[in-house]
Amino acid sequence: MEHGELIPHLFRIEYRKIVSVLSKRFGFDQIEVAEDIASDTFLTATQSWGVGGVPPNPTAWLYHVARNKAKTYLQRSHVYERKIVPAVKDASTDTVETEIDLSPQNINDSQLQMMFAVCHPVIPAEAQVGLSLRILCGFGIEEIADAFITNKDTINKRLLRAKEKLREEKIKIELPDAAELEGRMAPVLTTIYLLFNEGYYSVSQNSTLRKELCLEAMRLCTMLVENKVTNTPAANALLSLMCFHTSRFDARLTESGELILYEDQDTSLWNTEWIGKGGYFLSCSARGNKLSKYHLEAGIAYWHTQKNSTKEKWENILQLYNQLLQIEYSPVAALNRTYALSRANGKRQAIVEAEKLQLTGNHFYFTLLGELYTDIDQPKAKLHYEQALSLAKTPADKQAIQKKLDALQGPI
Amino acid sequence: MEEYVLLFRLDILTKETQPSPEQMQVYMKQYQDWVGGIAAQNKFVGGTGLSTEGKVVKHPSVVTDGPYVDIKESLAGFISVRASDFEDALRMAKECPILGGVGNSVEVRKVVSVHETKS
Repeated sequence: MEHGELIPHLFRIEYRKIVSVLSKRFGFDQIEVAEDIASDTFLTATQSWGVGGVPPNPTAWLYHVARNKAKTYLQRSHVYERKIVPAVKDASTDTVETEIDLSPQNINDSQLQMMFAVCHPVIPAEAQVGLSLRILCGFGIEEIADAFITNKDTINKRLLRAKEKLREEKIKIELPDAAELEGRMAPVLTTIYLLFNEGYYSVSQNSTLRKELCLEAMRLCTMLVENKVTNTPAANALLSLMCFHTSRFDARLTESGELILYEDQDTSLWNTEWIGKGGYFLSCSARGNKLSKYHLEAGIAYWHTQKNSTKEKWENILQLYNQLLQIEYSPVAALNRTYALSRANGKRQAIVEAEKLQLTGNHFYFTLLGELYTDIDQPKAKLHYEQALSLAKTPADKQAIQKKLDALQGPI
Repeated sequence: MEEYVLLFRLDILTKETQPSPEQMQVYMKQYQDWVGGIAAQNKFVGGTGLSTEGKVVKHPSVVTDGPYVDIKESLAGFISVRASDFEDALRMAKECPILGGVGNSVEVRKVVSVHETKS
């Protein structure tokens, strides 16, 4: 790897590890110091490697420098002055515990514990996602701003406020107790799920960034299933769901980043390795007696990896959506359920059900109605597509609807 | 939105009239499609299915085998729904697939108070 891309690469991987270990060591209230030391370490690396060349083991070099900077900080800081000095004097010893443990085990534990601190329900979900991207994934502020389609200022403010809140609430970097685990897992899984969706469904045209968001979400979820405390059925179901979706990543976007609808995808581009992984984690999720929404969504995603449009496929998807909606309603799930209904039970029944939904502010609703009325009542199909077109906001959405309108009016 | 409970009553005791496993599967799909349709309108609150076993305690404290011995239509389950008014709740109830069976019924009741649950 060239020197020029080595540092950004290492930054992405090592920054988050150093920040987690140091924050764990200093306490969450000192997280900004930990971030400064980590950034400073990379600055030193850039300067030193530019002059003297890249050392044989760059990661060990970074840890060594970070460790020294942290020790210096610990020795000099106010914390040292106020808390450690009197203690040292009393104990009449001149050694101070400044060891920084950057072993793989402590790195892993610290990151996992950090995940629970950052995904704490005292801060809003979008702040949890933002902080996760920064602290757990090592994303730059500019990349986070790009992912959320906003500017750096907004993101900086959001992250500062979130850290302030976590400090005020005295959130600790630790795994929750067994009694609290299930409740605390919920926001962690939600954040990972949002992080993944941000990548998978984002309107950002930067497809490299989008894929990286998805991979990061899967990496965090993998950390959960690799630890025996956090290896819950729901975490496995979420990981399975993301693997199944990721299998279609290359098939669902054109080279210029435009969305290709499921029915129009080249199925030979579906990645069988990801499908296999999804199947593995889906089987791991099948224990316990709780059916989470992730189980149901993973089941739906599994059936979508089946290439043949059989009656069985759509019947299963329909039943999973029926259950999912009973656990958690969302307009998207309601629309998808109605589409599955049309494939399993026929368009006429689906039209009756669709018209009860009355999601009249949603262009997908009218696109669905247009789809359902096609071949049953062409003028009505056309009216619905036109309604969808007037509600659609992004050029990509408008284009997709226009295509359907053209197909409707074209020669048969 | 108001909350309503839909109570399903059917004959779950007369052996000869019980559905075969294959029929049962068809009924379950119809039922799930119906509940899924309510949930898709964001009107599903919760539901409970009941087993066929039961006991009834009568005044003053006579225990008999149930679910309910005096009438053929036993309570088989219930769901709670959100509805804009009684008419809306009735519309949902009328589409319940159990009404395909002779003698079956769906009772629609409005919820006026909910017992406090300890959180």
